[in-house]
Amino acid sequence: MVERTPILNFLTHLILFAGFVFCVTPFVIVAIAASHNLKDVNDVPMSLLPGSDFWVNIKTAWTTADLGPKLLNSFIMAFGVAAGKVIVSALTAFSIVYFRYPGRMLIFWLIFITLMLPLEVRIVPTYAVVANVLEPYQTIMDLTGLSWLIEKISGVQVQLSLGLLNSYSGLILPLVATATGTFLYRQFFLTVPDELTEAARMDGAGALRFFIDILLPLSRNNMAALGTIMFLWAWNQYLWPLLITTDQSHAMAVTELKQLIPNVGGAPEWHIAMAGTLIIMLPPLIVVVLMQRWFVRGLIATEK
Amino acid sequence: MEKRVTFGRWTIGILFAVPQLFLIFTFFYWPAGQAVYWSLTLQQPWGGGNIWVGLDNFRSILSNADYWNSITASMIFAGISTGLAMLIALVLAALTDRQLAGSWLYRVVLIWPYGIAAPALALAFRFILAPEAGFMAVVNRVWPGFWDPGLDGADAMASIIIAFSWKYVGYNFIFFLAAFQAIPRSLIEAAAMDGSGVIRRFLDIQFPLITPTIFFLLVINITESFQDSFGIVDIMTAGGPANATNLMVYKIYSDGFKGLDYSGAAAQSIILMLLIIALTIVQFRFIERRVHYR
Repeated sequence: MVERTPILNFLTHLILFAGFVFCVTPFVIVAIAASHNLKDVNDVPMSLLPGSDFWVNIKTAWTTADLGPKLLNSFIMAFGVAAGKVIVSALTAFSIVYFRYPGRMLIFWLIFITLMLPLEVRIVPTYAVVANVLEPYQTIMDLTGLSWLIEKISGVQVQLSLGLLNSYSGLILPLVATATGTFLYRQFFLTVPDELTEAARMDGAGALRFFIDILLPLSRNNMAALGTIMFLWAWNQYLWPLLITTDQSHAMAVTELKQLIPNVGGAPEWHIAMAGTLIIMLPPLIVVVLMQRWFVRGLIATEK
Repeated sequence: MEKRVTFGRWTIGILFAVPQLFLIFTFFYWPAGQAVYWSLTLQQPWGGGNIWVGLDNFRSILSNADYWNSITASMIFAGISTGLAMLIALVLAALTDRQLAGSWLYRVVLIWPYGIAAPALALAFRFILAPEAGFMAVVNRVWPGFWDPGLDGADAMASIIIAFSWKYVGYNFIFFLAAFQAIPRSLIEAAAMDGSGVIRRFLDIQFPLITPTIFFLLVINITESFQDSFGIVDIMTAGGPANATNLMVYKIYSDGFKGLDYSGAAAQSIILMLLIIALTIVQFRFIERRVHYR
């Protein structure tokens, strides 16, 4: 740095180290508690030396909460959301940036507004839509008299119904339906030099070829950043999976945490609870540690 | 900013936007409209559609003491946790930005908490702050009855605030650090040449230059404290004791899905939506100059 400030430097190290401890302690406590047995974990104060039951507890937590299939479900959902976002947003941003058509700004604003209202806020009606995704279209047909017309002509009563509760699509699609990724791509596409487009067009490339062969390879960094952020975001979703998956076969790892809370009457099995917590917090932590560069970049770029 | 070179066949262009338009219509605009419709109608108990009740749902909610209690709790939660998370992150980022030896370590580690799912860290903190096991038990042994989130509303509120702040310190830290690093080094060095100390430089140069980030984070933290708190509340306190931590989103969930009062829950959603839209507008007024969308 610019000047010599030994006292201040010492204080800086002290405070930063305190911050470090503040961040890491909960992880350490969880890991230590997960290694104790029932008696030791409830000792006051709990011993900070690791016990010997770590793998036993992990195994118990794994079987009690049936974590194998739950983790797989979480992976499927998080991958689905990340992939969906990366693909759908790229398509839309391409359309908004590289074409001129009437209503383009309307589409831009329609998408932009979705940034404002998170899923948690409109949870009740979204749930109703997922219970029957075709309901909006049925209502529109009823209101416009279209279903009446069809019934008159063909004698078939239109009854559109497709329930997505307890399905991967019901979990994934509503989470994909926001604008975060679209704007990340849009900002990036706007920085791609026009000469590149001109050159491609001169060589006879159409819109689709330009998109696939030039634009997408250039956006690789953006895709990695967006994918990382969305993977974590989807993995950490709680309220939405809690509502949509009433059936155990589609339950997520994170919603399973509730089964691990020691109940009031029973034995305070905190060691099992902490082992389960450790298993569930590990995958996102690994993603953050390994993909840190993309994670930070994605956070700052999507401002999500 | 607009592209000079575009593709001519705009019919194809629209096709590219169709998937997202379908998604946001089905899962965003329709439900949002539905929420407005439900909030203005009342569902008949034995089927037979909804009857129009105008603003009655809002009136009954706004005259309900439980709802005001929930708003107050949300405001307290938002205020304290945002303040804590931002203040700690600001100090840590400012100090990390001094780039002393070993600062890379903090840059790496301080981000970790943000990757953890809110319910997972809630369960961890539920154990850490448990009155009978864990670490607060030690305090309770010295002062019996000092800490019990299961019985004392203030303790319960404190626990969810601690859990939430722990997660968002990491998030705020990333943004503050990026903002500090965007300040040209030469500016700081010139000020140092003129004889200003570290604190003076922070107050007169760095702090004013990061105010856009502060406003941005303020809004994001408050909005997130409305949404991301659900998992923490559900795992740590379930809205209790005596509704002390019954935050707005949690109340929407319990009224709508446990009490099956769709109209009441929809009216609450509308109020929360208006609140968040208002916050977003404030955010855009403040950070307009910083956003380079076009």
